[in-house]
Amino acid sequence: MSGGHDNHGGLNLTLHVWRQKNREAEGHFETYSLHGISEHCSFLEMLDQLNEQLLREGREPVAFDHDCREGICGSCSLVINGQAHGPDRETATCQLHMRRFHDGETIYIEPFRAKAFPIVRDLVCDRSAFDRIIARGGFVSVNTGSPQDANAIPIPKENADLAMDAAACIGCGACVAACPNAAAMLFVGAKISHLSLLPQGQPERRRRVLAMVEQMDKEGFGNCGNIYECEAACPKGISVENIARLNKEYLGASLTARPEKESAGGF
Amino acid sequence: MTTPTTPILDSKCPTGPMSERWSKHRFELKLVNPANKRKFHVLVVGTGLAGASAAASLAELGYKVTVLCIHDTPRRAHSIAAQGGINGAKNYPNDGDSVRRLFYDTVKGGDYRARESNVHRLAEVSTSIIDQCVAQGVPFAREYGGLLDNRSFGGAQVSRTFYARGQTGQQLLLGAYQSMMRQVGLGKITLHARREMLDLVVVDGVARGVIARELTTGAIERYAADAVLLATGGYGNVFFLSTNAKFSNTTAIWRAHKRGALFGNPCFTQIHPTCIPVSGSYQSKLTLMSESLRNDGRVWVPKSKGDRRSPDLIPEAERDYYLERIYPSFGNLVPRDIASRRAKEMADAGRGVGESGMAVYLDFRDAIARDGAARIRERYGNLFQMYERITADDPYKVPMRIYPAVHYTMGGLWVDYNLESTIPGLFVLGEANFSDHGANRLGASALMQGLADGYFVIPATIGSHFAGRKLGAVSTDHPSFAAAERDVQGRVGKLLSIDGKRSADDFHRELGLVMWNQCGMARSEKGLKSALATIRGLRAEFWQNLRVLGSGEELNRELEKAGRVADFIELAELMVIDAEHRRESCGGHFREESQTPEGEALRDDANYAYVAAWQHAGDGPAMSWNLHKEPLTFEEVKLTQRSYK
Repeated sequence: MSGGHDNHGGLNLTLHVWRQKNREAEGHFETYSLHGISEHCSFLEMLDQLNEQLLREGREPVAFDHDCREGICGSCSLVINGQAHGPDRETATCQLHMRRFHDGETIYIEPFRAKAFPIVRDLVCDRSAFDRIIARGGFVSVNTGSPQDANAIPIPKENADLAMDAAACIGCGACVAACPNAAAMLFVGAKISHLSLLPQGQPERRRRVLAMVEQMDKEGFGNCGNIYECEAACPKGISVENIARLNKEYLGASLTARPEKESAGGF
Repeated sequence: MTTPTTPILDSKCPTGPMSERWSKHRFELKLVNPANKRKFHVLVVGTGLAGASAAASLAELGYKVTVLCIHDTPRRAHSIAAQGGINGAKNYPNDGDSVRRLFYDTVKGGDYRARESNVHRLAEVSTSIIDQCVAQGVPFAREYGGLLDNRSFGGAQVSRTFYARGQTGQQLLLGAYQSMMRQVGLGKITLHARREMLDLVVVDGVARGVIARELTTGAIERYAADAVLLATGGYGNVFFLSTNAKFSNTTAIWRAHKRGALFGNPCFTQIHPTCIPVSGSYQSKLTLMSESLRNDGRVWVPKSKGDRRSPDLIPEAERDYYLERIYPSFGNLVPRDIASRRAKEMADAGRGVGESGMAVYLDFRDAIARDGAARIRERYGNLFQMYERITADDPYKVPMRIYPAVHYTMGGLWVDYNLESTIPGLFVLGEANFSDHGANRLGASALMQGLADGYFVIPATIGSHFAGRKLGAVSTDHPSFAAAERDVQGRVGKLLSIDGKRSADDFHRELGLVMWNQCGMARSEKGLKSALATIRGLRAEFWQNLRVLGSGEELNRELEKAGRVADFIELAELMVIDAEHRRESCGGHFREESQTPEGEALRDDANYAYVAAWQHAGDGPAMSWNLHKEPLTFEEVKLTQRSYK
C-alpha cells in the first residue's frame, strides 16, 4: 500500500478521549465519532481532524502535546488503547499511522499518567521533573572555550556506539507511563550510561549518579520492578541494560561516597 | 510601497586582512569585568542550539540569565530534529580542507549574498565548536581507531561533516541543553518553560524586555532585562507545510520587527530537495530525509515521460541520473537549491514518479550492492526506519520517493557583525537572524551557525553593549511595559472575539498554498503580484472570520495558533514584496525572468549585490515598509556565476 492518495472511503472510528479542564479538575472520557479517516494519515493528523470537527460543532478541541511530528522532539505523549505511544514497537505517537487501525475500531486515548507527571489539560502532562533531574547532574561540567582538540580523546568505537544508543533517549516519559511503579529508571539510566561510558563523563561519575537518583526519588518516581514495560514502550528502543548500568553505578558510588563538602561553585 | 530613498546600513564589520578580522574585533571590543557581569541581566528567548548555547555560555561568564522557552522543556526545541551533521574545518581526513575552504564554499554556496566577514568568522570558530561538543560528551560517530569520522555534504568536495548517526541535531542540542541545565542547577539561570513571547519592550530606544504568555494559565507576564537575545528560529512554517516543527513560528521576530528591528532578505527560503512527498489533504507537516543520504543514494527519474513502471522494472539504460549527468563534478551532492530546482523541472516535464508524479527516486541499490545492507543500516538506519513508518515502503528494497519541501529560512532579523539588530540591546542568533548563509544555506551549516552564535560570538560581542552604553535601571513597572502589555491583551481579546467560521489552521493552509505556488521554488512578477492581492484579502478575512473557542485564561492551542497565523500572514506580505523587488535569481530565490540558458539562477550583481533590510512603516489594508540596503563587497571570493559542473 505505497503511494498515497485517499482512494477509498477511509476509516470510521469511535474515540474515547480523556478530557480534563486543568490540573485540579476531575477528568472523564468523552466519546466522539470520526468518519472517513485516510489510512495514510498519522495518529496526530487524525486528532487534528477531530479538533477541526469539534471546532465546527462549537466544542473545545482536545489539547495534546506535539511538535516535530517526526519522532525526535519527545513532545507527544499519549496512551493509546492502554499502551504508551500505541501499539507499534519503537514508534512515537507522531509516527504511528492510521493504517495500523481498522474500520469501525474503538480507540481509547489517555494522557501519560504518573504522580510525577501532573496533568495540565486533557492529554497534556507536565514532565518538567525530567529537567530537574538533568539539572542535578546530567551533564559534563565543561565551560565554553576550555576544551582540547576533539581528537585528543580517542574513544573505542564500541563505547561510542553504546553511549549513542543510550543518548538517543528523547525524554518523552513513555517509560514512566508504561511502568506500574511509574519509575524513571530507564530515563535516568540512559543518561547515566551515556556519560559514564565516555571518558568525558569520568570525573563526575560518582556524584552524578548519586545526585540524579536523589532527585529522581524526590520527584516521586517509583523504583524498577524488573517488568521491562519501559523498554517495550520506548520509541527509541532504549535497552533495560541501562537500568542495570544505573544500579551498578549507583551501588559503586554509594559504597565509596564520602560526605560532600559544601563547594563554592557547586558542580 | 517603498520610499525612493534607500538608507545604507552599517554592518560594523572590521577591516583589514580577512583572517585577522575576528581576532582584531575581539580585542577591540569592550570588556565587562567579572564582578560587574553579575549586575547585568540577559533575557534569552528560545532554547534551540543558539539560545541554549548562549544562555549556558553567558551564565558561565557570570551574567544573570533568564530563559524563556515555548515547549514544556528546553530539550524539545526544533534544533533537535536536524539529522545529518555539523560542518567543521578540522581537516581530519587530510583531504584539503581548511578554514579558508569552508569560508569559500559557504560564500559561494550562498550565491554571493552573504557578508564575507561573518562567513569567515563562522569558518574560524567551526573547529572550536567540534572541540566543545566532544568535551560535553556528544557521541559523534567514530572510526575503529577511536577518532572522529566525517562525511560529505552538498556544495563541498571535502568531508568535513561530523555526525551522530542521523540524530546530530538531537545530540548537539542535548549537549547545549545539559550545559544550560547545569547553570539552572547552579542558580545562574532562571528557566521559564511554556512561555511564548508576544511583544518586545523598548525603553528609550533600547530593548529592555518582553511580554510573554504563560501557555498553561494564559497569564500575561512582563520580563525586564539589560539585553534581549532572540533565538527563536526560522519562519518556514509560513508555507504551512514544511519540515519545521508545528510550534516553529515567526511571532517573536515579527513582533520585534514591528517594534523597529529591520528584517533582512525575508524572501530567501531554502527548499530542501529530499523530503517525503505530500500524500493527502490531511497532511500537517513534511518530513525531511537527510541530505547525508545523497552520499550514497542516487537520484533518478525515468528517461521517458509518463513511465509508470515499478522502478525495478526500469532498466539501467532507461533511467536518467540527472544530477550526475548535468553536474559531473558534484553529482548528487550539488547544493540544495540546485537539486530542488532540477527535481521540480523533472516533475514539471512529466517525468516525476509516484502516484502524483510529484516525486523523484533516491535509490540505494548500488550502495547496498557495494557496501552491504549492514553498512548502510549503520549509516542511515533511523532514516530508513522513519521513511518506512510514514510511507510503508522499505527503502532497502524500493527506492525512496522524495520531493523538495520548505526547510529553512536564510532571511531573518537584520543584525550587524555583533549580532545586534537595529534596536540597540536586541541581539538575534541562529536561524532567527539573516546573517551567514546568503541566498542558500549549505547542508550541515545551520547547526554550525547556531552554535557559533551562541558559544563563541555573543559571549564576546554582548560586552560592548553593557560596557559601551549607559543603561539605567528599568523595572517591569515602567510605562513601556504597561503599554506593551495592553497591546498584547488587546490582540488576544480581539482574536477571541471575532467568532467567525474558519479555524486558524484553515487560514494557514490557504496562506501556505499561495506562498508555495507563487513564492516557492520559482517566482515570477505576475505570480508575486497576484499573491500579494490574495494575501491582503486573506488578512482582511482572517480578522473577520476567524473562530477561536475557549478563553485566554487557560491552555488554549487554538488561540496560540491564531496569534501565530496572524503574524505569518503579515510576514507573507513582506516576503512577497521582497521577492518581487529582487529582480534577479540567486540561490534559493529563483526569478523565472532571470536564468541562464541552462536554467541556472542568474544573478544581477550590478543591481542586487546588497542585503535588503525592511523597516516596518505602517499597517493598513496594504502594509508598508521602507527599504534599507547593506551593500555587499567581495574582497576574497571573486564574484562568479556558480558552477557545480
